[in-house]
Amino acid sequence: MITLDVNGRAHQIDADPATPLLYVLRDHLKLNGARFGCGLGQCGACTVMADGRAIFSCLTPISVLQGRPIKTVEGLGTIEDPGPMQQAFIEEQAAQCGYCIPGMMMRAQALLERNASPSRAEIRDHMTPNLCRCGTHMRILRAIERAARAMQSGTARGAGGSGR
Amino acid sequence: MKAASAGGLSRRGFLAGAGALVVSFSLLPRLASAREAAAADQALGKVAALPGSLKDAPLLDSWIRIDADGGITVFTGKVELGQGIKTALIQIAAEELVVEPRRINLVTADTSRTPDEGYTAGSQSMQMSGTAILNAAAQVRTLLFGMAATRFDVPAERLAAQDGVIRAADGRSVTYGELVTGEALHVAAQPRSALSDPGTRTVMGRAMQRVDIPPKVTGGASYVHDLRLPGMVHARVVRPPSYGARLATLATANVEKMPGFVKLVRDGSFVAVVARREYEAVSAMRALAHAAVWEEQPSLPAQSDLYAYIQRLPSQDTVISGGTAAPSFGAGTIAANYSRPYQMHAAIGPSCAVGLLQDGILTIWTHSQGVYPLRTAIAEMLRMPADQVRCIHMEGAGCYGHNGADDAAADAALIASALPGQPVRVQWMREDEHAWEPYGSAMVSSVKARVDAGGNVAEWQYDVWSNTHQTRPGPAGYLAPAWHLQMPFTPPPPKEVPQPAGGGDRNAIPLYKFPNARVIHHFIPTMPLRVSALRALGAYMNIFSIESFMDELARAAGVDAVDFRLRYLDDPRAREVIVSAARHFGWSRYQRQQGRGRGFAFARYKNVAAYVATAFEVEVERESGRVRVVRAVAAVDSGEAVNPDGMRNQIEGGILQSLSWSLYEAVTFDHIRITSSDWGSYPILRFQGLPDSVDVYVINRPGQPFLGTGEAAQGPTAAALANAVADATGARIRDLPLTPARVKAAIGI
Repeated sequence: MITLDVNGRAHQIDADPATPLLYVLRDHLKLNGARFGCGLGQCGACTVMADGRAIFSCLTPISVLQGRPIKTVEGLGTIEDPGPMQQAFIEEQAAQCGYCIPGMMMRAQALLERNASPSRAEIRDHMTPNLCRCGTHMRILRAIERAARAMQSGTARGAGGSGR
Repeated sequence: MKAASAGGLSRRGFLAGAGALVVSFSLLPRLASAREAAAADQALGKVAALPGSLKDAPLLDSWIRIDADGGITVFTGKVELGQGIKTALIQIAAEELVVEPRRINLVTADTSRTPDEGYTAGSQSMQMSGTAILNAAAQVRTLLFGMAATRFDVPAERLAAQDGVIRAADGRSVTYGELVTGEALHVAAQPRSALSDPGTRTVMGRAMQRVDIPPKVTGGASYVHDLRLPGMVHARVVRPPSYGARLATLATANVEKMPGFVKLVRDGSFVAVVARREYEAVSAMRALAHAAVWEEQPSLPAQSDLYAYIQRLPSQDTVISGGTAAPSFGAGTIAANYSRPYQMHAAIGPSCAVGLLQDGILTIWTHSQGVYPLRTAIAEMLRMPADQVRCIHMEGAGCYGHNGADDAAADAALIASALPGQPVRVQWMREDEHAWEPYGSAMVSSVKARVDAGGNVAEWQYDVWSNTHQTRPGPAGYLAPAWHLQMPFTPPPPKEVPQPAGGGDRNAIPLYKFPNARVIHHFIPTMPLRVSALRALGAYMNIFSIESFMDELARAAGVDAVDFRLRYLDDPRAREVIVSAARHFGWSRYQRQQGRGRGFAFARYKNVAAYVATAFEVEVERESGRVRVVRAVAAVDSGEAVNPDGMRNQIEGGILQSLSWSLYEAVTFDHIRITSSDWGSYPILRFQGLPDSVDVYVINRPGQPFLGTGEAAQGPTAAALANAVADATGARIRDLPLTPARVKAAIGI
């Protein structure tokens, strides 16, 4: 048994310690946000946060994650009460198929928790590991900038940015 | 409050506050006029066609049902691909039914519930399904007003509707749900509808937030990948390493002892393993792949010789425009050849499907673009009656044409058939998707034109060589897993999408009015690599070629690229998108900076659909050969714009995706295998390669037919890019993609 702290809750996981986190999130915890894209750390669709940093959950075995708080897109807010990052993506309509978007949001969240007002160039550099095939990039950039402004001005509803 | 327009020409008026959906029947075009028009058609011996997909599913309740509690369900045979079609169709239905959009529940393609609208493809969902729903909703609204008029014994003209309630002047009211009883909507659609006045739209033509985005950003179950049925098990397929590979031996003993193992499914060279947990299935698949011995044959051409090879293959040649006599091509003739490689859809999420065989009925949840044709193919593959197969669409990762979705559905069908009563989820691995999806065909084109002394095009000949762009199921032989069975299915001989839409020859006929234009389609039946529909089909290549060559001709004639195009266009809508894109770009006052250049392109998709013009500025780094678009401007006219922001999103996405194709992408292969197996060996656009800005201007034409948007930017983007690189460097690159190596070679670095 491995204990994982996911979105502030402890979960006892009965799985091979070599199992990548992605499969535990999706299959054991029934969370949809982290998505399988390549299994190779090349596309970022599986991105979640661990210890406040963006990681590829498709490559990270659960054995190294015990005691390290994990956050997924479900930890940013809910459909009824979206957090500032989620709200920003809705307002910018920053999705087409949307499959890559939770990974985008988690990588962006990790950036904004360390750098509250990054420049566009910093955002582009930071987001480069994550792929979008629909070509929604410009809206994603705008959504991240909007989320940064919302988090800074504290106009966000709830504690969505970092507390959940 | 919106008022009816002057002179009573606009007969729709709004009776309540701004934005409220209130409409009075007296202000609507009367049904009588529609009936009179139909009668006139009949008298003239004309059978007026039903609009859009109504002609294939003519009963109103195939499209719209209203429950006793007033709930409205709208049905479409089209599917959400991330293009925002659900939201646009809801807007159309809400507008014509005079209800708030949130009242409408939209059901997308399901062989048990929705009309058969074939594939969601070709940028046709708005023309076909949008038009059907627009007309069905208008006719349902007319019926509702008629029923209310009878109930209240007042003329329909004295009634008004607001959000699902019809009121009489004396205060009596009735809900749609109370009016619709029994088979009230089970009536045949009429050829003509009392459509609402385009001048008074309250829902259509306004940006509406997409209904599918909130769940997608909050971890909702949005995709077939997220479907979790009780007792569901997970499968992976051990895919052959190359197209013709046959399984020689397979040692299975060790795999059967692995944790979670449920079942091995083998039929010929089709091998799948089922496990309780998803990662157990992945681990078992990897162990099996390690234990499998395949016999492989070299079957692929040399990549370095690809285009010459294609042109050596036997072709079926058709003159699709112009006479049989070739133009003479005397003095002043210039010519050029262009090429594009195989390119892939490369959705971020590999294909997935869930299958369940229960009580003799096989249900497949799939992100196929065509649930009805898929059902036909699966039934044939399993030798089952089609009515025992049900295919239900759920979203997948972005769909840009015929990808692995149907094949994953076939996998699920084969595996679920071996495990009756148990739901099976199967997902492809990244390398499965990259190596097995059907690609967009490699193509070659050749253009020749004679320019007279005045710099005008006097003669034009265009030749294009291509495989088919359509190998979708229907036939089981178009499902890759069916090729590997003990009793295999083979693909039927390829056919091409006929003109005017065209496949490899889509947009091969120039829209420009040239005095003597001859266009020849060289259709190549032999397919060395698996190919099918990729967004825009041949239009991507043909527009790239024609619009690049137009630029070459303009340069040769010393005429501005925009002015040169306008010389040959009399369609005012074509001219307007060109002028709009040029103006927003600042074309006429452009000042070239060192290392930069500008490029322009235009096309009307399929020559009958959306108009798109693109103007780009690029910077070219001479030392590295790297090209980056600095800013991209586009103008689009898709007829009536239902969700203008959705259209912008589609064109922005089309521009960035086509930039990715055109700068980076080519499927690689050796003599036996596809070697583009992941994002390292098939790189695509990343954030660092983005333009600084992408601006899209929508020209809305209320009341005009929907023309579709999704594929219209692919060709103009490639050409505007190449034209801008030529402007920046003085070097013309005619082979896609415009890689750093090609750029350096072209500029002599």
